[in-house]
Amino acid sequence: MVARTAAWRTYNFRVIWLSLLYAIFLIGAVYGFKHQLLNGPAAYVAAVLPALPIIGIFGAIGRYLVEEQDEYIRTLMVRQVLWASGFTLSLATIWGFLDNFKLVGHIDGYWIVVVWYFGLGIGGLANKLTLGDGGC
Amino acid sequence: MENRLRLLRAERNWSQQDLAERLEVSRQSVNAIETGKYDPSLPLAFRVAELFDLPIEEIFVSPSRRSSKAI
Repeated sequence: MVARTAAWRTYNFRVIWLSLLYAIFLIGAVYGFKHQLLNGPAAYVAAVLPALPIIGIFGAIGRYLVEEQDEYIRTLMVRQVLWASGFTLSLATIWGFLDNFKLVGHIDGYWIVVVWYFGLGIGGLANKLTLGDGGC
Repeated sequence: MENRLRLLRAERNWSQQDLAERLEVSRQSVNAIETGKYDPSLPLAFRVAELFDLPIEEIFVSPSRRSSKAI
């Protein structure tokens, strides 16, 4: 968690709108496939559409890092992103080998995003533990 | 990095929030710098120095000078 700077409020605004867009695209795609309304190129487009707002959220994080004027608060977010990326890559690597040797079940690729967001939380906790009051 | 920020702030009866507003940063930033958990960039260090009307080296202790003293 970071301080409520202007850049942070802009970031939140973007994420809320992108999340709404994600929900609309996902509901539309699920409905379309469930009722067999989609085929050919339209099916590919409908399947990819829910991914675009999520990619947009990654972009929003990038914009936030560019727009954040408070260098310390920006550093906190960079640390969180590094924790999230390290955690996700490590978990994906471990799971990949376990999956390869048929020791665990296969997981859909988009769960990597959920793990990454969980990693952001770990990064926030790491900030709190290592920087104390300054980390939150 | 060691610094005299807390002392300089106390001399002026400024809270961390007061100093943060003058520097246009968050209170968390001031706290992190004061406690030595975060080293400010050169532009921010200059802003701190200009605010207190002091040279940077009278606010922030050079790590190399500090270690050479220890030797």
